[in-house]
Amino acid sequence: MPEPLLRIRNMDVTVRDKKGSEHKIVEDISFEVQPGEVIALIGESGSGKTTISLACMGYSRPGCYLTRGSVHLGDESVLEKSLSDLQKLRGQGITYVAQSAAASFNGAMKIGDQVTEIPVITGSMSKHQAQAKATELYKALELPNPEEIGSRYPHQVSGGQLQRLMAAMAMISDPKLLILDEPTTALDVTTQIEVLHSFKKLIHDNKMAAIYVTHDLSLVAQIADHILVLKDGKMVEYGATKQIISDPQHDYTKALMAAAHVMPEEIHAPLTITSRQPLLRVENVTAGYGPRRDVIALRDIDLTIEAGETVGVIGESGSGKTTLGRVISGLMRPSSGAVYLDGNQLKPTVAERPREELRQIQFAFQMADVALNPRQRLGKILSRPMRFYRGLSHREANREVARLLERVDLPTEFINRFPPELSGGQRQRVNLARALAAEPKLIICDEITSALDTIVAEQILDLLESLQDELGISYMFITHDIATVSKISERIAVMRHGRIVQQGPVNEVLTPPCHEYTQLLLNSVPEMRTDWLEGAVVERRELIRALDGISK
Amino acid sequence: MTPEATGWRASLRDAISDLTPGAAICVLFLIFVAVVGLFASWIAPYDEGTILTNESFLPASSEMWLGSDYLGRDVLSRLIFGVRVTLFLAVIITMLSFTAGVGFGFAAAAFGGNVDMIVSRFNDAMLSFPALMLALIVINALGSSFAVLIITIAFIDMTRVFRVARALAVNIMVLDYVEAAVVRGEGKSWIIWHEVLPNTLTPLAAEFGIRFTYAILFVSALSFLGLGVQPPQSDLGVMVRENMQSILYGEYTAIYPALGIAAIAISMNVFVDWMLQRSSAKLPDEI
Amino acid sequence: MSLLEILAKRLIIGVATLLFVSVLVFAGTEILPGDVAHAILGQGATPELVAQIRDRLGLNDPLHVRYFVWLTNFVQGELGTSLANGADIIVEIERRGRNTAILAVTTAVIAVPLAVTLGLVAATRPGGIIDRIITSISLALISFPDFLVAVVLVTVFAIKLQWLPAIASIRPSYEFADWVRVLILPVTALSFTILAHMVRMTRSAVLSVLSSPAIEMAILKGVPRRRLLLRHALPNAFGPIINVVALNLAYLISGVVVIETLFNFPGLGRFMVEAVTNRDVPIVQACAMIFCSIYVLLNMAADILSIIANPRVRYKK
Repeated sequence: MPEPLLRIRNMDVTVRDKKGSEHKIVEDISFEVQPGEVIALIGESGSGKTTISLACMGYSRPGCYLTRGSVHLGDESVLEKSLSDLQKLRGQGITYVAQSAAASFNGAMKIGDQVTEIPVITGSMSKHQAQAKATELYKALELPNPEEIGSRYPHQVSGGQLQRLMAAMAMISDPKLLILDEPTTALDVTTQIEVLHSFKKLIHDNKMAAIYVTHDLSLVAQIADHILVLKDGKMVEYGATKQIISDPQHDYTKALMAAAHVMPEEIHAPLTITSRQPLLRVENVTAGYGPRRDVIALRDIDLTIEAGETVGVIGESGSGKTTLGRVISGLMRPSSGAVYLDGNQLKPTVAERPREELRQIQFAFQMADVALNPRQRLGKILSRPMRFYRGLSHREANREVARLLERVDLPTEFINRFPPELSGGQRQRVNLARALAAEPKLIICDEITSALDTIVAEQILDLLESLQDELGISYMFITHDIATVSKISERIAVMRHGRIVQQGPVNEVLTPPCHEYTQLLLNSVPEMRTDWLEGAVVERRELIRALDGISK
Repeated sequence: MTPEATGWRASLRDAISDLTPGAAICVLFLIFVAVVGLFASWIAPYDEGTILTNESFLPASSEMWLGSDYLGRDVLSRLIFGVRVTLFLAVIITMLSFTAGVGFGFAAAAFGGNVDMIVSRFNDAMLSFPALMLALIVINALGSSFAVLIITIAFIDMTRVFRVARALAVNIMVLDYVEAAVVRGEGKSWIIWHEVLPNTLTPLAAEFGIRFTYAILFVSALSFLGLGVQPPQSDLGVMVRENMQSILYGEYTAIYPALGIAAIAISMNVFVDWMLQRSSAKLPDEI
Repeated sequence: MSLLEILAKRLIIGVATLLFVSVLVFAGTEILPGDVAHAILGQGATPELVAQIRDRLGLNDPLHVRYFVWLTNFVQGELGTSLANGADIIVEIERRGRNTAILAVTTAVIAVPLAVTLGLVAATRPGGIIDRIITSISLALISFPDFLVAVVLVTVFAIKLQWLPAIASIRPSYEFADWVRVLILPVTALSFTILAHMVRMTRSAVLSVLSSPAIEMAILKGVPRRRLLLRHALPNAFGPIINVVALNLAYLISGVVVIETLFNFPGLGRFMVEAVTNRDVPIVQACAMIFCSIYVLLNMAADILSIIANPRVRYKK
């Protein structure tokens, strides 16, 4: 057994809050990284994965303290180093790629100067050498215009490119260990695999050791040799990637596996339509932003939703999917076209619609923590729609709020709680319950699971389905995640650049031959096998070429 | 976070238990000053206007604890009555400026569009005046009286409050819980009262403290220049002005009222600072 | 929008603001009650005399005509004559303006760099002992009325120790050394107030830059501390700091007025206060226009500087 490159022993990290009370956010972590090995730290938000990776560099965020344990790089103790030695270590020994490159680059400095900064100021390379090396790295990372991209400022290049430029910055001094902290999470799904592929190639070609931090099990399967599963700051399971994927031991790992973003085996059969009239019909809607509404966000949209049906609307950021939801709910006036509910044309804006119409279409927002007023008790949040739409008395409303809380599997005592006192999943249930309080026929769900941890998201999807079975409501489910949408919908519409490029029953739309863009989205869903990435990238490039052909 | 944080009484108890020693002293001092101001006529040993001796700037003695002023009146009694006038003006000014500033600010944020643009532009234009200049121009035209002082300074303050209130409300108006109320069909006034206001109370309370301090300093400065409170009325600023000569005799008569102003202002600022730190609230003004 | 367009827009707004200021100064001094003719005549105002003077001053012309005449005259430096003694205002303004400029600029030259440095030092180690000293002293100082520091300084250095003069009168014969002696106390007093505000605002501007992910990244890259502050934090804090400085010039203006009065310093501020007391309208107009214009122009300059300093504006996508 060779000497490990990095060795972490019994590490605790403690947070001290403003009042001086302390609690451990990371407890008793031990692991090793061998030379040339990639280890993944997997966990949901709050699992301590970023804290651990920062601790490997001898860094803890303000308010956090490494209270126990040791970190050794080779035979040197990282935690006992002086500040100037730490600076040397961070610049050259261990380097870091942050989650949001857009926020992590210095906006007032050219990219190239930032990439070459450390070797130049430490004198390990001349400015010229460093620039040549940087250009090489840009090429290796498949960045466009490698010769001149360094002379730009961060706001002048795209998010996916910045993420790769940050990797170049981390690689320039040939570090012994590279730490990647959720490096693809902020990116669009179809960009994600391209960047992931660049990273994998870079690590592989340079025989690097790396720590890869993420919440997404299916992604690490592509890149890691070992996986360390974390929950609430503690180690849950640690093993080789193959073993974790094929034979997870711990219940939590099994749950993570079950909830991972992979395509479902079974998909819903389309509803048999009995009524002649759809619940909701969107006809030829075009809408735009800006003072003259000339920044077109939606073009010629036609869509129907039947009673009791779930229609998934899928697309990447900027595809117009949220705008469509806003037009239907009356938050945005379309510049042409109309929306019909039960055959009656709806007025274009909320202000013009009668309450009875408003009641029937409810909107559930993505981020439950900002969708619920932190200063209102759940009782008020949930009773308001009942009193507003249905004219219930205070007492009637309170009784019904209790029933509603039970219906979304929350304890009835929560009626007196404020939203910040609940967990993320509980808040999302309240968010749904508020929509239900109006007794609507349609709920527009805008990315309601994408801010949640995978296991919690799974539970919310189950809740949606059981509510539909009981109450017969329809959902319009807006998301960027094709795996989620195919689990829950009967029909889906795929949106790109403000248009619906393909729509129909799930099984038809998602079964080849489908539209190139749908294929691209499908192609971007990671599969739980270790050789998936290479094939996916090749296919992706062909699809992009085909799509460019269509756009032109 | 306490699971059963309910009612304002519990919040008040929490707040008191969180007071730092410094903030506690400041709160007690402010309460003390308020009591002195309210009951000035019972507390003051002498009448504020009575000339008790022929000698100016007498040093402190057992009869006159802070000595006599330039006319031979009791400094302590005048200080007590001066506190009353200063506090009275500051309280009225701040309440007026708050009612107007928060009202306009929230309305501008809630209505948006052209209403917001016109009101905000006008406000920006007013903010391009140094505050003192605006006051001097008005006082030049109208002379100085309680009414002129109150309305002028309240107006100047209102432009500042407007900016803060609007910025706070605009930040909240874009949040999803407001959008949820909009899509439900709620009216503007419900949104302002039930969604926006409860979430701005802490920063607004802090801003109230800051504006209150500002009003005290502003009134005092004008009075010191001879353009604020006019004799026979007097506030702390007037007292500094009247007794400036005392300094030349090596006495401290002019320093007492100046220190009084500073003590009230410091207490309020320390309290506001504590309040902001405790709630991690931030005023949008802070750049 | 290109950089030039943004700058042009800012310039237009600046000019519009100046016009608005002039309208308000004019309106505030001429339309509000307290007619100039009455002010001139005082107790001896008879209807005939008032009418005569109104006619001579052009007060019977329509308002907008009077405004444009006044504005054109002002721009050409014809500020009229004092109602109190008939003296040509421009002469007095030139003399006193120079004195005030010396006082204000000296204060700014001392206070601004000092405040920015102190704010930076406090922000680099938030919660540290130096930070706590700086923040608590500045919190106390912003609560002081402008005259408190001055009164204390005079008591100590002019009366008790007798090192410096308590009154800052200026004679034409003054040499540089005399100026220094006279200015030390007023400049110190004035610096204290604006220093406190500026230190606090600089600190919070720099703190918000220092807590950004970009700075955390630079730390994790191993950038040495000095370079971290000077090359990474400072350029990003530059815009906010400039705005802080400009904002605090408002305090400088009101401070100047109070301090000049307190020290009997023959400057524009005291001139204006005396004119307000005597209701000498042309002087109030002239002084108000000068103070307000300087403030508007400095704010505009600050905005332009911070626009130019922002690479997001300088280099478009």
